Amino acid sequence: MAKTIIPDFRKTPTVDQVGIEERVARFTTRSIKKASKMEGLKMVLSMIDLTTLEGKDTEGKVKQMCYKAAHLHDVIPGLPTVAAVCVYPSMVKTAKAALKGTNIKVASVSTAFPSGQSTPEIKILDTKFAVENGADEIDMVISRGEFLSGNYNFVFEEIAAIKEACGKARLKVIFETGELSTLDNVRKISDLAMYAGADFIKTSTGKISPAATMPVTLVMLEAIRDYYYATGRMVGMKPAGGISTSKLAMQYLIMVNETLGAAWLSSEWFRFGASSLANDVLMQIAKETHGVYQSSDYFSKD
Amino acid sequence: MGNFQEQNQERNAEVAARSAFGGWSSRAAFNRGQILYRIAEMLEGRKDQFVAELVLQGSTSVAAKTEVELSIDRMVYYSGWCDKFQQVFSAVNPVASSHFNFSVPEPMGVVAIIADENTSLLGLVTAIAPAIAGGNTCVVLASESKPLCAVTFAEVLNTSDLPGGVVNILTGSSAELHPYFSNHMDVNAVVYYRNDKAEIKAIKENASLNVKRVFIYNKISLLSEQSQTPYYISDLQEIKTTWHPIENIGAAKSGY
Repeated sequence: MAKTIIPDFRKTPTVDQVGIEERVARFTTRSIKKASKMEGLKMVLSMIDLTTLEGKDTEGKVKQMCYKAAHLHDVIPGLPTVAAVCVYPSMVKTAKAALKGTNIKVASVSTAFPSGQSTPEIKILDTKFAVENGADEIDMVISRGEFLSGNYNFVFEEIAAIKEACGKARLKVIFETGELSTLDNVRKISDLAMYAGADFIKTSTGKISPAATMPVTLVMLEAIRDYYYATGRMVGMKPAGGISTSKLAMQYLIMVNETLGAAWLSSEWFRFGASSLANDVLMQIAKETHGVYQSSDYFSKD
Repeated sequence: MGNFQEQNQERNAEVAARSAFGGWSSRAAFNRGQILYRIAEMLEGRKDQFVAELVLQGSTSVAAKTEVELSIDRMVYYSGWCDKFQQVFSAVNPVASSHFNFSVPEPMGVVAIIADENTSLLGLVTAIAPAIAGGNTCVVLASESKPLCAVTFAEVLNTSDLPGGVVNILTGSSAELHPYFSNHMDVNAVVYYRNDKAEIKAIKENASLNVKRVFIYNKISLLSEQSQTPYYISDLQEIKTTWHPIENIGAAKSGY
């Protein structure tokens, strides 16, 4: 990558909140039916990071989820697999072994997820541990406290240091937008993270509410677009948390398509961080396939 | 609770009913009885309005008054049964092994109802009351030719402490909607109060998809007492039997 000039983040553009909300409202009015709906639903499936991030996770739970990731609903042939599974660093080895022979990536959260309240050394060790165990992708959290105090250099350097620790693994940077209060802050941290080396920017940990919302995602998508025009580098987007219905997921895809274009409509550049979304999409696909409305009783529990 | 008018709203109604089921079925039976009684009170409070609406829809004023009063009485009747039918339909079963063995009714889940076509209010009340008295939630298709009281009845439900989603009233055509009622995989039972033979046949066939229970009540007379019995509650219950290991005390001979 050519040497990029780091802009002054204090001069990052401000966000017109009303405009963003009106734009988002337009995305929710598109009607997508029949064959295009099926394609869209399958695309959603292929973009899911199937996630389990709980204190009560066990190796058994992770193995079960990995099986589900590769065999979403074998009753219907021709379905894609999900893009990745997302687990804690301690579960990376288990997930990697369970997914051997598939193209499904293993993503690991890192840097003292979800709070990010730890020392820089521990965060780097956390990241390296995950990478050494085979993680293909690292989902780090930023230090929200430092960001909100205005210590942008601290956050920038932290992201850059984790990026270095990632090696070949792709780095997703989680902002936890629910703690950032304003869309201006979301825009600012998006710019900052991308210039610091993020391969993906991600809304939320899923641990607090609100998690991903369409306005927040739109602000981030616009930041990605502007960054792409400025540097020529594509950055991925991952809304996470709170997207549990196919209808909403399809609206996100429309938003990506109309903000960034079709180049971003693949699992390489767009992901959904979700645990219950997959089943809802599967139920919609089954409805389109069999012609009758489905019941969750007939789909595996996540 | 809602009054959805379009065919594709059947799905939304079902989703609302499914999400309301957990809360409604786990309420104390006594509390369900209180709420049904409240519905009856609210019905009575708007008696004049219902009578006027029935007259508008072609009833004589005497027949209208009879229908509204019977509807109120029927709601009171089922409110009384809410915490009593369990005793009637439960059993402690004699078994040969050292088990305490008992059977209890549990609500089926989401019940799809196609209510009577010829009455605007009484058919609706007769169909809804036993379903919700037993802890089910329901999606109900009101009379197509006389939908007026259904809309007003939805207002009654809305002001009766009945939780949202327990009763979802749709207006529209049975010919269009019955397949969605009977082939929906997340509906547990279909109750049909009309006389269309082709629809009855189709409903029975579709219901086999997820082995829904089907009840065809096309022979009952809504005005007679025959159409209010606790058996309409128990039809929409599944019986759960529990085998509970016990000590064999003193080689007692009895089953429990």
